[in-house]
Amino acid sequence: MPTRVLVPSGVLGLGFDHAALMRGVAMRPDIICIDGGSTDSGPFSLGAGVSKYSRAATKSEWRSLMRARAEAGVPLVIGTAGTCGTDSTVDWMYDITTELAAELGQSLKIARLYSGQPVERIAEAMTAGRIAALPAAPAIALEGLANIVALAGAEQIQAALATGADIVIAGRTTDTATIAALPLSRGDAAGGAWHGAKIAECGALCSTNPTSGVIMVDFDETGFTVEPLADSAACTPHSVSAHMLYENSDPFILYEPGGHLDVTGARYAALDGRRVRVEGSRWLPGPYTVKLEGARVAGYQTTILAILRNAHYAANAQAWVDRLSGFLAREIETRMGLAPADYGLEFRLIGVNGALGPLENRCGDPVEVGVLGIVTARSQAEAAEIGKLINPFVLHYPLTDDEELPTFAFPYSPATTDRGALYEFALNHVMHLDDPMAAFRIEVTQIGAEVPA
Amino acid sequence: MKLGDAVLKVRSKNAGPFWVTIDIFCDRPEIFARVRDTLGNREVAALYNVPEATLKRFDIEDLRVVKFSLPRPVVQGSAADRDMHGAQYAALLEEHDLA
Repeated sequence: MPTRVLVPSGVLGLGFDHAALMRGVAMRPDIICIDGGSTDSGPFSLGAGVSKYSRAATKSEWRSLMRARAEAGVPLVIGTAGTCGTDSTVDWMYDITTELAAELGQSLKIARLYSGQPVERIAEAMTAGRIAALPAAPAIALEGLANIVALAGAEQIQAALATGADIVIAGRTTDTATIAALPLSRGDAAGGAWHGAKIAECGALCSTNPTSGVIMVDFDETGFTVEPLADSAACTPHSVSAHMLYENSDPFILYEPGGHLDVTGARYAALDGRRVRVEGSRWLPGPYTVKLEGARVAGYQTTILAILRNAHYAANAQAWVDRLSGFLAREIETRMGLAPADYGLEFRLIGVNGALGPLENRCGDPVEVGVLGIVTARSQAEAAEIGKLINPFVLHYPLTDDEELPTFAFPYSPATTDRGALYEFALNHVMHLDDPMAAFRIEVTQIGAEVPA
Repeated sequence: MKLGDAVLKVRSKNAGPFWVTIDIFCDRPEIFARVRDTLGNREVAALYNVPEATLKRFDIEDLRVVKFSLPRPVVQGSAADRDMHGAQYAALLEEHDLA
């Protein structure tokens, strides 16, 4: 059965074109799907279990989508709620939804799909040989993991939709799962369902106007048709097919729970100036595995920033930092009793090689150099103490013994900033499941309305 | 001539926390052919200091794109990472001399 999926934007919190959204609602979609996150901004969100987007931005956009859902009378699904899709961010999104339901006077059935994994489950799966490493995975170590999530696929979203929910708030899912779920359950072509979902998951990024947000995808038994809904946007065979390059290490193959998509044989054709038809993508079923993500605390950080504007020091910044680093290692050992192995202290030269470090192959003549000192220690108190210890030397240390003490520019007071925990990604593995729901759970609640007695 | 001056765009981005992918949009067919035929895997691996065997390469004629994927030189967000989104890695290829 043909399935029409409305995708308001690539992620909740980035904004979308309201007129285009209303146009989409008028086209009578079967479902509205939006992504709530990814690992793209780093391990902090997953480690801490919090959203990177502001609550205010999330709530204002979710209000628009809840209104659009009420008008369309179809399910609204968010995947990877709250950036990382931990149980805590699913509940955060649920809180926002209940507030809005009260404010909008909506009565709703909400299904929450939880993707969080107890460490014991992962340990058992390891023992049973049901965990496999993906290319470039770190060695697996479960100690100290703050949060572990499994990426849900279409089956878990289908289970949540089968509860009859008006809104599905899903924890971590693959980028494509929320969009592919309904077309797959209605028997549309599997290759087209996953391929169309991949094309649409970043919203209008597959069009000529990436920031306009809203996309409509029509799935059927032979493929899919994609159309951007903003006046200013068009999809072309090039803009659509080029989207398979984006954030994909392989532009032709996409692994999902239960198989993989192969778009090697996909054909892209312009139906008119703004719509593209895609056929020929193939879905190849395989073992049922879900990808795992995890983050752990890798220390606590304090930073300091000094700016060298004096030409002599700007030109010799690396030599200055090398000399300073040796001096500070001795000071920290003498005064705090810490050996270099007990902590990290790194100075990055902004204006010299701040972004690329040892890979940088250009050198110039910078007007000034920002020296970013990063302390990583076993506790925040220890990091802060090291930060205070090094502070006067970062301000005044001379390049040679026979010159006056310099004074560099500190942009603020105090010069040090406590950054809190440093999280690191700790898993790049898949877990085999016999039953797709074995590692996920669904909770259904009715909110916002007086239930008649 | 710098690669970045010959092509439409060089873009890099994380492909998950452990990989980075770099897309060279060549735009014109003759530029695509030149990049495809002259840009070697060894020199690209050297730019990013990764073993050549870990490099994945795709020469996509339909899109006139040459794409490289490689394990991130440092894992995204680790203490040694300097570029959370991996988008500045592209600069090394942009500024690379094209034969």
